[in-house]
Amino acid sequence: MNANSNIRSGNPLTSLRRAVGGFSDGVRDWWAAAPRWTRWTVYGLLIALVIVAPHPAIGSFMSPYSHWPSLLFSPIGTFVLLAVGLNVVVGQAGLLDLGFVAFYAIGAYTMAVFATKFGWNFWGILVIAIFMTAVSGIVLGSPTLRLRGDYLAIVTLGFGEIVRITAQNTDYIGGARGITNIPHPPTIFGVDFALDPLPYYYLLVAAIVLVVIFAKRLERSRVGRAWEAIREDEDAAELMGVPTFRFKLLAFFVGAMIGGLTGAIWASKVIAIQHNNFPFILSATILAAVVLGGSGNLPGVIIGAFLIAWLPERFRGFQDYRILIFGGALVLMMALRPEGLLPARRRRAVSGNGGESGDTEPGATEAGGQAAEEVAK
Amino acid sequence: MLNDFINQVGPSTVGGLASGAIYALIALGYTMVYGVLRLINFAHSEIFMIGAFAALFVVLHLGVTTPLTGVALVGVLLLLMLVAMAASGGAAVVLERVAYRPLRRHGAGRLAALISAIGASIFLQELFALVIIPEVFDRPSQGRIQVPVPRLLDRETVVTIGNTDIRNDHLIIVGAAVIMMILLDVFVSRTRIGRGIRATSQDPETATLMGVDINKVIRTTFFVGGAMAGVAALLYAMEFENLRYNVGFLLGVKAFTAAVLGGIGNLRGALLGGLALGLIENWGSIFFGSEWKDVIAFTVLVLVLLFRPTGILGESLQRARA
Repeated sequence: MNANSNIRSGNPLTSLRRAVGGFSDGVRDWWAAAPRWTRWTVYGLLIALVIVAPHPAIGSFMSPYSHWPSLLFSPIGTFVLLAVGLNVVVGQAGLLDLGFVAFYAIGAYTMAVFATKFGWNFWGILVIAIFMTAVSGIVLGSPTLRLRGDYLAIVTLGFGEIVRITAQNTDYIGGARGITNIPHPPTIFGVDFALDPLPYYYLLVAAIVLVVIFAKRLERSRVGRAWEAIREDEDAAELMGVPTFRFKLLAFFVGAMIGGLTGAIWASKVIAIQHNNFPFILSATILAAVVLGGSGNLPGVIIGAFLIAWLPERFRGFQDYRILIFGGALVLMMALRPEGLLPARRRRAVSGNGGESGDTEPGATEAGGQAAEEVAK
Repeated sequence: MLNDFINQVGPSTVGGLASGAIYALIALGYTMVYGVLRLINFAHSEIFMIGAFAALFVVLHLGVTTPLTGVALVGVLLLLMLVAMAASGGAAVVLERVAYRPLRRHGAGRLAALISAIGASIFLQELFALVIIPEVFDRPSQGRIQVPVPRLLDRETVVTIGNTDIRNDHLIIVGAAVIMMILLDVFVSRTRIGRGIRATSQDPETATLMGVDINKVIRTTFFVGGAMAGVAALLYAMEFENLRYNVGFLLGVKAFTAAVLGGIGNLRGALLGGLALGLIENWGSIFFGSEWKDVIAFTVLVLVLLFRPTGILGESLQRARA
């Protein structure tokens, strides 16, 4: 092992890998050791940053090619919220979902249908949309969650396509033309929702903050520990008395709700939606955001989503080549740092001890076993 | 409804078998790679696409404008097949080297491999849409539009059974798929490297200890799986006469469905699953309309996984002996 890594250190790929890893692990460890007041200061700074973010001075640097506040709403804001939702499924419970865009689509279509056909109020539909996607999460999950790993991935991919093609073929929801003239949300607290993206941005930020707090609380609860146990070793978790199927279904339920919420907010801003707003590549992109940032670790996931939404827009100068570069960057990133920029702490601890590679298995099982024990108590 | 079905069942059976044979050939690549590495080679759909465009490139440079007959047809089809197999197989080996091997060396998880594959898939699609189709195929700023393929052979009815015409192109497709399947089966069960592939899919560590060169096995697996996708690509180009930069995506997902349907890791399962999927989606289209074809295919996938998750013939390459 040692001899091996000595030989490898000459490889430029390996040294780059170490450099990237060293920096972000440094950040990770500093944060883990930081006292409470430091953390609250950082939270405060982050909130302040998010609030002033749409300012043109920041925008001129961040996005010289397109309208910065619009960009902040979508794709940046929507990607972050979707990634936080998908992180519950992929990062926390370890269920590989390649059809997450289906929930986003169901949320958006619910908003569009109820608003245009029945003239309901935005806030009412938001609740309905979350409810509808949660139900669809159960509907998708209850037959498929008995499957594992790659099978689950491909079934969810199929489900995503089924939802998209069904939307395309159903005349009641506009068929291939989609739904147009979706009304904006009503004025609230004197804030007028119209074409200006700013109010939507702040609405989305509020949603993100609430969802992040919710997800963080879940992660530290009995549910979160159950998910972790399932992620690390499903059989061990089951043996320790964790009802794995119910918890996996719960993960789908929660993830779907967050996806639906994002879709509903997004639909109320964009006026018109269409089936091809929800292609498979969007699911893949969100998954890439989660894995790139560090699956299972919320700050990492948020950074990952931000980067994946923002970088292609920032480098619009490269025109069409940005998607090509995005694809290449994913391959390179996985070769350099497969565990993501800021991996979850427990996961980091597990893979960090053994050095380069290979030793994840026993440690992972141990972590899973511990978590399962805690849940079973 | 029933009348419709009786009237259309013959033609859609023929069409279903033809597209099913193409699914089956692509499914082989998924199934072999999955058997050896336990990994969904997500970029396999782009391997297919590369083979199709390689064949088209040769067709255009041979200056085939009118359909061919006789010896010329056989010669050109064989040449195209070799080109497509070489292009797809070569691309698959490069893909493995660039996108998978670095991850394998660092012991990264399967999620990372999947993301890497998705990245490679996006990269290759965009490469064709932005560079290769506009430049090499001389279609500036039309990279995302369908590229027509010249007709290679005149379509003639060979046999008519009831109201069903069986055409020569259908026979070529199904015949080619079956022949490739038999050759592959012989390769995996009778040759030394084939034995290495079976051993690796059973137990990689023991195989290494027994002196199997794992990297060579993996390279061969990717090459052979890619070459099968190349054959499928030629047949697809010949039958549907239109290519796009993302032609592989839907076919890839369906081929994977076919692989799962037959039992992933199982070579004969891939053939059976491909044909079954082609038939089911074509028969289903009679009842529900062809716009629901893809939904039918995915629903079948979900149902199979629910009731028989190991597929029709059961999992694993190691038992696929001849």
